[in-house]
Amino acid sequence: MTELVFALAVGILTGSGVWLLLRPRTFQVIIGLSLLSYAVNLFIFGMGRLRVGAPPVLENAEAVDPSLYADPLPQALVLTAIVISFAMTALFLVVLLASRGLTGTDHVDGRENPQ
Amino acid sequence: MSSGMPLLAIVTLPFIGSLIAVFLRQDARNGAAFLAGTVALCCTVLTAIQYPAVHRGAVLRAGVEWIPTLGLDFTLRMDGFTWLFTMLVTGIGFLVALYARYYMSPSDPVPRFFAFLLAFMGAMLGIVLSGNLIQLVFFWELTSLFSFLLIGYWHHNASARDGARMALTVTATGGLCLLVGVLLIGHIVGSYDLDQVLSSGGKVRSSSLYLPALILVLLGALTKSAQFPFHFWLPHAMAAPTPVSAYLHSATMVKAGVFLLTLLWPVLSGTEAWFYIVVTAGLCTLVLGAYAAIFQQDLKGLLAYSTISHLGLITLLLGLSSPLAAVAAIFHTINHATFKASLFMAAGIIDHESGTRDIRRLSGLFRFMPITATLAMVAAAAMAGVPLLNGFLSKEMFFAEAAAFHIDSLLDHSLPYFAMLASAFSVAYSLRFIHGVFFGPPPVDLPRTPHEPPHWMRFPVEFLVLACLLVGILPAMTIKPFLASAVWAVLGPDTPPYSLAVWHGFNEPLLMSVIALAGGILLYWLLQRYLAKGIEGPPLVRRLKGQRIFERVLVTLSWKWARSLERLFGTQRLQPQLRLLVSFAVLAALWPLYRQGLEAGSRSSTAFDPAFLLLWIVGGLCAIGAAYQAKYHRLAAMVLLGGAGLVTCITFVWFSAPDLAITQLLVEIVTTVLILLGLRWLPKRIEIAGEGLSLGLHARGRRARDLMLALAAGTGMTLIIYAMLTRPLPDTISRYFVENAYAEGGGRNVVNVLLVDFRGFDTFGEIVVLAVVAITVFSLLRRFRPAPESVDAPEQQQVQDAYDQARPDRAVGDTLADYLTIPATIMQWLFPVIIMVAIYLFLRGHDLPGGGFAAGVTMSIALILQYMAGGTRWIEARLRVRPISWIGLGLLCAAFTGMAAWLFSHPFLTSYFQYLDLPGIGKVPAATALLFDLGVFAVVVGATVLILIALAHQSVRSSRTGRPPLSTAAPALTKEHV
Repeated sequence: MTELVFALAVGILTGSGVWLLLRPRTFQVIIGLSLLSYAVNLFIFGMGRLRVGAPPVLENAEAVDPSLYADPLPQALVLTAIVISFAMTALFLVVLLASRGLTGTDHVDGRENPQ
Repeated sequence: MSSGMPLLAIVTLPFIGSLIAVFLRQDARNGAAFLAGTVALCCTVLTAIQYPAVHRGAVLRAGVEWIPTLGLDFTLRMDGFTWLFTMLVTGIGFLVALYARYYMSPSDPVPRFFAFLLAFMGAMLGIVLSGNLIQLVFFWELTSLFSFLLIGYWHHNASARDGARMALTVTATGGLCLLVGVLLIGHIVGSYDLDQVLSSGGKVRSSSLYLPALILVLLGALTKSAQFPFHFWLPHAMAAPTPVSAYLHSATMVKAGVFLLTLLWPVLSGTEAWFYIVVTAGLCTLVLGAYAAIFQQDLKGLLAYSTISHLGLITLLLGLSSPLAAVAAIFHTINHATFKASLFMAAGIIDHESGTRDIRRLSGLFRFMPITATLAMVAAAAMAGVPLLNGFLSKEMFFAEAAAFHIDSLLDHSLPYFAMLASAFSVAYSLRFIHGVFFGPPPVDLPRTPHEPPHWMRFPVEFLVLACLLVGILPAMTIKPFLASAVWAVLGPDTPPYSLAVWHGFNEPLLMSVIALAGGILLYWLLQRYLAKGIEGPPLVRRLKGQRIFERVLVTLSWKWARSLERLFGTQRLQPQLRLLVSFAVLAALWPLYRQGLEAGSRSSTAFDPAFLLLWIVGGLCAIGAAYQAKYHRLAAMVLLGGAGLVTCITFVWFSAPDLAITQLLVEIVTTVLILLGLRWLPKRIEIAGEGLSLGLHARGRRARDLMLALAAGTGMTLIIYAMLTRPLPDTISRYFVENAYAEGGGRNVVNVLLVDFRGFDTFGEIVVLAVVAITVFSLLRRFRPAPESVDAPEQQQVQDAYDQARPDRAVGDTLADYLTIPATIMQWLFPVIIMVAIYLFLRGHDLPGGGFAAGVTMSIALILQYMAGGTRWIEARLRVRPISWIGLGLLCAAFTGMAAWLFSHPFLTSYFQYLDLPGIGKVPAATALLFDLGVFAVVVGATVLILIALAHQSVRSSRTGRPPLSTAAPALTKEHV
């Protein structure tokens, strides 16, 4: 059941993100990308399976039993992904602003499309 | 490997010299020439002293590990043959550098020229000395690249640009074919190592892949050596400065093709396919090139076609597959390089001193430059194959081989006649070169009065002509030992007996020589009248222009077809592209689903808590709400986005990922600030009531389609992650990380140890990306021009300013300054507290959740809060943050920490750890990883602050530059400069 909720959460985030990604306004796309990056981060994190109360912080450093701890590898991957997705959002926001300043529109193509 | 050092030096010195030349001053003509000459001379000497070893038949080697996992090493090898070629490349390189010193005009950017020339020389030496085939192809493509740069050196000249582009297209395409061919050979032999390839000729020839490999390798070699039908690029390359033509298009680059054919001769030759392809190409080139050369009006054009023809001769000889022919080919390669380089230099002198190289305008130059004329005459005689000159010796060998019997075929039987014909042509064009330029009436109306060049400009020509003479008269005392070791290196025990004598008695080759000489003189005499008309291009084949065909093919491929393809499949609009991408991803995921079906796994479910469901009901609503509101209610969408982010963050805590939760929470804050700063510059978008109802059918259809796509993507992700979550976790590398985090990384927080130790190099990459993004953002914003309607101060600020103006006791800006005083005060008070938190997070990072990333973001929040509380100008008057320095120092800190491991001869980023007992603080883990994490911390602070400040500054800047200053507001606004 927990797994199902988690899966649905990823699905909803993805769906909302993809919907916004396909919209014509740059701001929508930026929000969409952020939602999508939540989804992807959760997805990668989920690769280590869900464990409650087992953070990968060693208590007894001498004799380590890996089965007692959550998988640290996806966590490390996601941690850098979070920071990089911030950088990406920043870059995209600035490109958005520059494009808006240059073209006078906030359409993703830099010009209003009639269709 | 003591014998290896000189080889490495020979290949690397030119590249180092090239790098130095790049940094010389634009007008450093002498310095650059001196540098190039010295480098070339050093290489020549280094090569020369290897001769005793090479002569004994030894193969010198040097190697550096390159990609050991693929079995590829960077290896250099030198045997007798490659020694000779290296001497040619370095020696003529030196002469060309000397010549170019006088040829190049002081107004040209000469250091650039010499930088390219040296780099080219290095690339050429790389080809010659490569000990493995992949490496050879690499240097091969480098020569194409540098030859492109050299031909296009005078890039203001359209013909130079066209010639350069054509040469690059043809030779680099050939190079790609060669790469594939080499890969095939490597596949057949099982190794790319040249020695192994050379010793498995039989295996290659009997392989079923032999023919494709042969054709591909030949495509590479024939394009490079300008063989028919790829010869057309060479005459156009004459737009290069003459030293380049003398070096690249006579002595070196075009010789790379025949070099490769000679090098691989023991492996590839001896089959019918080889005979027919190589001999046919060589023969066509030999005859057509010589024929076209007679009718050129440009001196360099004449020499270019003659080069094509002579390369054809060498190719033809190699194609014959007989050992004696191979000897002749090697010998002629050297001879041609000497006389052709000197002729090109002579042509350059004529052009330089008289202002033109059009044979129609030149005549009677002998009286102005007798020494140069004499030198050119000797060299041209060598080109024509006159006895007592080096060209004669190799031409005799060629005639003997042409007359000999190889494969019973029409091609073989007709060879002697074609050989004589081409030889007669070469006599004719050599005569034309001499007679047309140096004899006849004095020239009229030349751009400059011709005179002898400076002595050192003529010196290279003198030297080379002397070599022609010495080799021609005393072959046994000069070239014989060098040629012998070269031939032995290629042929080994198959080396045939051959004699290098000027006089062999009255025999068939001598007769052929006499006929060719007489025929050539007769032909030139008969053509006098036609040539006097000065018609451009050779008769009969004038219309057949390789260049035109090439251009037509290029236009068709890169313009017409590309455009139609783009029209058919491309779009410049983002939405269809994204739609395609998402659809494709969904379809790609559907395929395995269709094939294998979907079922949940057997992993026991994690204990369910209703609170978690509740959490995600909120989270899901937030996400959908954000999607719904993003068009008209940006602020609301942003808040909802933050809601979804927080729920994500709680999910991380829930499932044992405290580090992620901390980082996510902090990044959430920064992202919000970031988007808030950006919101101001977006156009207003007001929802018109009932707009949704009036949407056209088309728009509704589009939305429905996007909705379906979004639903499909969401459902797909749900199914995939559910299927995966319900399966047990296989044993992964994570086990290793958990078990060794403390033992080897000295930290209890496995995630942090992973980031700064086990996967430190990845993290290093991450922070570099972050730094690059921040600097990109910064530079993009420097040129930022807001849209006109966003330039005005925000509405709220206008109201505040109007209020101030209405009150006589208030100055404009007072209300703005008073705005949110209490939160601002709190934020200012919190400054040291947040910094403490950042330090705390940083220090505990190795053992407990925290670390450089989290601490860095925290620190930047501390700074950003000050900006928000006090305003950009207020804070910058008091606190100067230099984010770029933070980034730079952070990167250096991380890099140096990594490099410090080298001092203890460990690989990059190996860490060391120890616990320190600091008084008052307690036991502190002091791993070198902490220093690395400090670098991460500084980069994150710098990057985040740089991005945010750059955005924040836009308001300040646009209010200064965009708005006409209000009389009273202006001083207040520009008081503090940003």
